[in-house]
Amino acid sequence: MSLKENSEAIFSESPGKIALRTLRKDKRSVISLSILGFIIAISLLAPVYAHFIAHTNPFNSSLDATTHVGGKVVPVLEASTTGLGLGVTPIGPTWNPTGYFLGADGQGRDVMARLLYGGRNTLLIGASAGIICIVLALLIGVIAGYRKGWIDSILSRLLDVIWAFPVYLLAISLSVVLLTSGLKLGFIHVGPGSFALPILIIGIVYIPYVARPIRAQVLSLREREFVRAAVGIGAKDSTIIFREILPNIIPSVLVFVPIIIALCMLTESALSFLSIGVQPPQASWGTIINDGLALLYTRPWVGIAPGLFIVLTAASLNLYGDAVRDALDPKTRSRGDA
Amino acid sequence: MSDVILSIRGLAKNYELSGALARRKEVVHAVENVNLEIREGETLGIVGESGCGKSTLGRMIVRLEQPTAGEILFEGHDLAKEPKKKLRALRKRFQMIFQDPYAALNPRRQIGQIVEEPLRVHGVGKEERRAIAKDLLKRVGLDEGAYEKYPHEFSGGQRQRVVIARALALNPRLVVADEPVSALDVSIQAQVLNLFKDLQKELNLTYVFIAHDLGVVRHVSDRIAVMYLGKVVELAEADVLYESPAHPYSQALLSANPRMGADDKRERIILKGDIPNPINRPSGCAFNPRCPKAADICRTESPELMTIGTRQVACHFPTL
Ligand SMILES: Nc1ncnc2c1ncn2[C@@H]1O[C@H](COP(=O)(O)OP(=O)(O)OP(=O)(O)O)[C@@H](O)[C@H]1O
Ligand code: SF4
Ligand SMILES: [Mg+2]
Repeated sequence: MSLKENSEAIFSESPGKIALRTLRKDKRSVISLSILGFIIAISLLAPVYAHFIAHTNPFNSSLDATTHVGGKVVPVLEASTTGLGLGVTPIGPTWNPTGYFLGADGQGRDVMARLLYGGRNTLLIGASAGIICIVLALLIGVIAGYRKGWIDSILSRLLDVIWAFPVYLLAISLSVVLLTSGLKLGFIHVGPGSFALPILIIGIVYIPYVARPIRAQVLSLREREFVRAAVGIGAKDSTIIFREILPNIIPSVLVFVPIIIALCMLTESALSFLSIGVQPPQASWGTIINDGLALLYTRPWVGIAPGLFIVLTAASLNLYGDAVRDALDPKTRSRGDA
Repeated sequence: MSDVILSIRGLAKNYELSGALARRKEVVHAVENVNLEIREGETLGIVGESGCGKSTLGRMIVRLEQPTAGEILFEGHDLAKEPKKKLRALRKRFQMIFQDPYAALNPRRQIGQIVEEPLRVHGVGKEERRAIAKDLLKRVGLDEGAYEKYPHEFSGGQRQRVVIARALALNPRLVVADEPVSALDVSIQAQVLNLFKDLQKELNLTYVFIAHDLGVVRHVSDRIAVMYLGKVVELAEADVLYESPAHPYSQALLSANPRMGADDKRERIILKGDIPNPINRPSGCAFNPRCPKAADICRTESPELMTIGTRQVACHFPTL
């Protein structure tokens, strides 16, 4: 009601602008974007924290490092006092940002600094993989749905093959094969330690989940009368795809973006946890959880902290995805407005 | 007699149904062996029950559908055989108007962009496009402000005016309108039909006007073709057809139409049975299972469309 009056009183708005306005007013998007913004900001500031606040290098093991606790100098690693007295126990959280805020890991490295660096990697890989996934899926979905015929058959079978494997099984097999040897494809040569490998692997694994619904939508759009009308005025296929089909696909693609990025991030963490994602000495939230596994009983924060960040990031992305979906769907929009 | 601008010879369209639902390969004969001539400046009405192939015929005429067989002769080209690229250039000479004005406009584009799109596609410059589009919107009875609005801000009748403006943007000679008012409120229908008539006079347009409301067709048509199961069964001047339909199917259609008014004293003929399936056409005359006059010959021999006086009829026993 009020929406209609507004749009007539001021000027007419495109469906996209209306959705954007709805999204801005949605509390869920405000909350989730604030959390995401905070996590991204502190992750980007990882080097600042490491160099200027904690004065530590989170990539070198420092077995004989010391820190100050309550004015006293204490070693970061102490000989174990439990069990057989073998190995070392790292220092626990000092809750002091100038050093070992969350304690040290088994190699005497500052967990907080590693957590921030790890966040950079996890977010970078998750977001890049998600975007690669969506771009490729859009390409495949639109071509398959628009051209139909044998091109569609080939692309659809390809998606079926990727789809047929459980995501993690496929990601794990690809990683195991590619990480040991790297990837050589003609001119392209990707070394075993490069982030390009986990990004590609994770991106490819989720393509069918996005490409299939896009293909279905294109198939139905191309039978719509406004697409026939475009054929009728003599438009070329490329014109029809870019000017008639794509503008109607973009909203559903936008809904996929946060959700797929969340999935890619979770997959990256899982692969890194299994030591087949980000390779040491680089960190990611998954590798830190792995580091924390051995310290689970003595120093639980090493595993819990990255776990919390993963949950918080994935939950915020999903919440934002819900808000985007509702803003773009005119049926739920009126409900959110009231 | 005026010139013929488009002539159709032996036009047919089969749809092959395959896949999970069809057990054997089944063929839908949507349109069969249609011969028609469309004359400069006239409105040729096409009527028939749902599923008789009206839309399929209309879409073939503007080549939104590839015919299975036959010729479509227009300005020295056979549209049925024209390659894709040449066809694109020819398309500015003939346009289609669709039934559902809600589906015919891209919800994500402004009205101005929609009306300018045909001009853009055919390389008309920006300034000129804008001027033409604004003029067209005025011609179809929309105000200035429409240019910047989006389809969701308009009613069905207004949207259909936009669809008409887009179809006229390239200054076509022939316009095929497929049930252009059947999705609109009855109160709006007359306005839009009058717009069609006015534009025809102003721009010297030729219309093929598809409808299943006989009242609507009579209002606009000069000649009317009656279709049954993919074939033209009768073709006559509008007045002749309405005064004295010769084909039993035309008679049944007209008598079943309550909107024909009080002067209609003909007995109502009720059509028995459902429309037969275009997959299994009855042998002989396709209308024979429902025809009150059906005789033995009707079940074995298919009647040809024959010219009798000013009309054409496909029936062994036409009423003359
Ligand atoms: N793409 C298609 N694939 C298969 N069959 C089709 C297709 N399009 C139309 N048909 C069939 O062809 C026949 C004629 O359809 P058409 O749409 O031309 O009828 P119509 O006279 O326009 O009907 P209506 O009044 O309902 O619009 C119908 O039996 C229909 O089911
Ligand atoms: S040919 Fe026979 S069945 Fe067909 S319409 Fe004429 S009388 Fe009826
Ligand atoms: Mg139709």
